[in-house]
Amino acid sequence: MSIDIATVRSLAHLAQIGIEDGDLQTWAQEFDTMLAAVEPLAAVNVEGVEPMTNPAHSLRLILVEDGVTDGNVQEDVLRGAPDAREGFYAVPKVRE
Amino acid sequence: MTKLNTLTIAAARDGLRKRDFTAAELAEACLGAMDEARALNAFALETGDEARRQAAAADTRLGAGAAPDLCGIPLGIKDNLLTRGTPTQAGSRILEGFVPPFEGAATTRLWQDGAVMLGKLNLDELAMGVSTATSVHGPALNPWRADGGAKLSPGDGATAAVAARIVPGAIGSDTGGSLRQPASWAGVVGMKPTWGRVGRSGLVAVASSLDQIGPVARDVRDAAILLGAIAGRDAGDSTSSDREVPDFEAALSGDIRGRVVGIPRQYRDAPMDDAVAALWERGIGMLRDAGAEVRDIVLPNFAHGPAVFATIMPAEASSNLARLDGVRFGYRAKLGPGEGISEMYDRTRAEGLSHEVQRRLMIGTHMLSSGFYEVYFNHARKVRRLIAQDFETAFESGVELILTPGAPTAAPAADDPALLDAVTMYDAHAFTVGASLAGLPAISVPAGTDAQGLPLGLQLIGRAWDEAGVLNAAFSLERAAGFVASPARWW
Repeated sequence: MSIDIATVRSLAHLAQIGIEDGDLQTWAQEFDTMLAAVEPLAAVNVEGVEPMTNPAHSLRLILVEDGVTDGNVQEDVLRGAPDAREGFYAVPKVRE
Repeated sequence: MTKLNTLTIAAARDGLRKRDFTAAELAEACLGAMDEARALNAFALETGDEARRQAAAADTRLGAGAAPDLCGIPLGIKDNLLTRGTPTQAGSRILEGFVPPFEGAATTRLWQDGAVMLGKLNLDELAMGVSTATSVHGPALNPWRADGGAKLSPGDGATAAVAARIVPGAIGSDTGGSLRQPASWAGVVGMKPTWGRVGRSGLVAVASSLDQIGPVARDVRDAAILLGAIAGRDAGDSTSSDREVPDFEAALSGDIRGRVVGIPRQYRDAPMDDAVAALWERGIGMLRDAGAEVRDIVLPNFAHGPAVFATIMPAEASSNLARLDGVRFGYRAKLGPGEGISEMYDRTRAEGLSHEVQRRLMIGTHMLSSGFYEVYFNHARKVRRLIAQDFETAFESGVELILTPGAPTAAPAADDPALLDAVTMYDAHAFTVGASLAGLPAISVPAGTDAQGLPLGLQLIGRAWDEAGVLNAAFSLERAAGFVASPARWW
């Protein structure tokens, strides 16, 4: 299953990583190599096997009271933002 | 007098309690060692002022008596663990300038116990890799690889700092083996506890179903002390366990008579250095001589580990790391006139993330995309269950521990092309990914050297929640191996 240039473009878009048109072919080859490394898995018979989401060993989900235990840290969290104004994160215009 | 920075945690603890020396003196010795070892590039950020402040507070507490084990002990913290008020960059440009507004659970426990932070340790960008080759700070160097400077080996900040006697211990994270396999290359102990044993709030998440926080130390006793300090329920992490944390140090009797140790002998044929194969054989003998019952076991799907890892890790990372987008923290690319938010995202991630991380995020996106989800991600999750079931089958048959090498080779030289090849690097994790995929506790213990004098480690994997049993067997192995070598100082 080889990756074509249109797929690379779409992946870059989905992953929100800007890549150069001139590099599309190189990326495609790189992805082919990465996929080839996992290809042997296809031969493993997994009939009737449930997918494993996490390796929790008898871990029970602990329920806690539904109440506010944290917060009022607006200044703290906005301090790290590249651009923050009037209590909000500021971003450039959204135009799709 | 012994240089204070060369003491183990246990020895330093005892000396501090007897007031043979002060926490301030201990911190100064370590800061001096850090200063002299800059060539190793083990630290991404040095926090000397904070260390001196914490050491002074520790001395007050020690003077009052009944201080915790870690009171006054200098530690390094891997820079993917969020430390309040201290910049945390996880080896990536995209977190440039990020100062966390809160402290993670594991380190909160350390500071409550009075530990002293010497600095933030260098790591691969966003913990992806095994050699710090992708760190924005440049590679940390393995102190063992001197060779007249010609054959330096990229190492890992945590294991380099501990091996070079800058700090007696460090806390890091392990997704596929990043505590154990570099430990094997650096002649120190690295341990990944059971998934859920240590709370992960404040860890820069890469692959949540794999990530665990654990200790790096010079010996098994110190690893036990560190693990005991960071383990336990974390209200900020719903996957952390509230089960009781045993006294791991008290479990170190060294008595493993009657313990059943499984050897997955089929991997004798796997690619590995001759010295590693020979050490594995000697390790089997050491455990047998100590009274353990050694049995051959079969883990039929263990060899699929690296390929399963190479699917699940990028897939989960592609989702987790979507948050690094230039909006709430870290780096944001400069925009030109007329450009909008899409350009901001694309360029921020293009400029802020290295090629290695970009390709993992894009391939992970591919493996999760419709049409390929079943073929790659879900299929890998099924093989993952088979790998986990193989361990369960072995444990159900009475096996309590499994012995393997820590890594298939000794530390590679910097010019080794394998270091640049991600596929080969996944293979460096060949022995460690299994326990990560199955969520089991595992430890790497230095047990010998190769012909060049480079250290080699052996790994013990145990049953879920049996860190005490794993540590005790490792303690026995450590005593039998009698590994005392330390890197000749060239830095």
